Amino acid sequence: MSDGKFLTPTKAARGLGSSKSGTHHHITQRVSAIALIFLVPWFIFSAINAIQAGEIAAAEWVAQPLPAILLILTAGATLYHMRLGMQVVIEDYITKPGMRGALLILNSFACIAMFAAITLSVLKLWIGAGA
Amino acid sequence: MSGSPRADARPLSPHLQVWRPHATFYASITHRITGVALYFGTFLIAGWIVALATGAECYPAIEDLLFSWFGSVILYLWAVAALYHLVNGIRHLLWDGPAIGFEPKTASAVSIFNYTVAILGAAAIWAAAAWL
Repeated sequence: MSDGKFLTPTKAARGLGSSKSGTHHHITQRVSAIALIFLVPWFIFSAINAIQAGEIAAAEWVAQPLPAILLILTAGATLYHMRLGMQVVIEDYITKPGMRGALLILNSFACIAMFAAITLSVLKLWIGAGA
Repeated sequence: MSGSPRADARPLSPHLQVWRPHATFYASITHRITGVALYFGTFLIAGWIVALATGAECYPAIEDLLFSWFGSVILYLWAVAALYHLVNGIRHLLWDGPAIGFEPKTASAVSIFNYTVAILGAAAIWAAAAWL
């Protein structure tokens, strides 16, 4: 700002940075965290159990209605939460605008693609079992 | 930067290197490290579920890896990281919501408690999953 003689730093900074959507980020990060308090303990136990039970038992476990629903909910809350978390890490450490923007887009794509892949896999196992 | 010169030369926040290491310092950076590690761990979990759904061809190879000592160590460390991020995340919610746990002695004690819960809790879940 060349003619910024009468502009205070506050006036120049207003509208930039987290003043745009920081509150929404803060709240949704915490709401997804509250959901994960209930989902994650169940998932750690169930995932270790299913892996150790072998392929057939694991596929049968996913094909039941309650585990299938909880798996999709866990995937949704987890991917949403980790997308927000990685966004903050990228914003903290990557200062070059081009690289930062590219990584933020990659972060969103990776999380949404993983949610789609997990959900489709769970649905396939559930529908495939004829439930 | 705003484009306007700063009105006064305000002090910068102390940098990572000038902090004396202490319990809450480690707890804070561990929260971020476990968060990033869990991010990449989710790729592995997603790969496992996709392999399970696509059928028999690739699953035995993944199962060989999961049952090896290396796979078991990774799976145990994943459980430790997930539990740590979970209990330390609850602490963050208690800071943000009811605003409790800020006293230095309490905060240090909770930090050590969180590490303990993560390591022993993962072992307990592992034992329960193996024997139940």
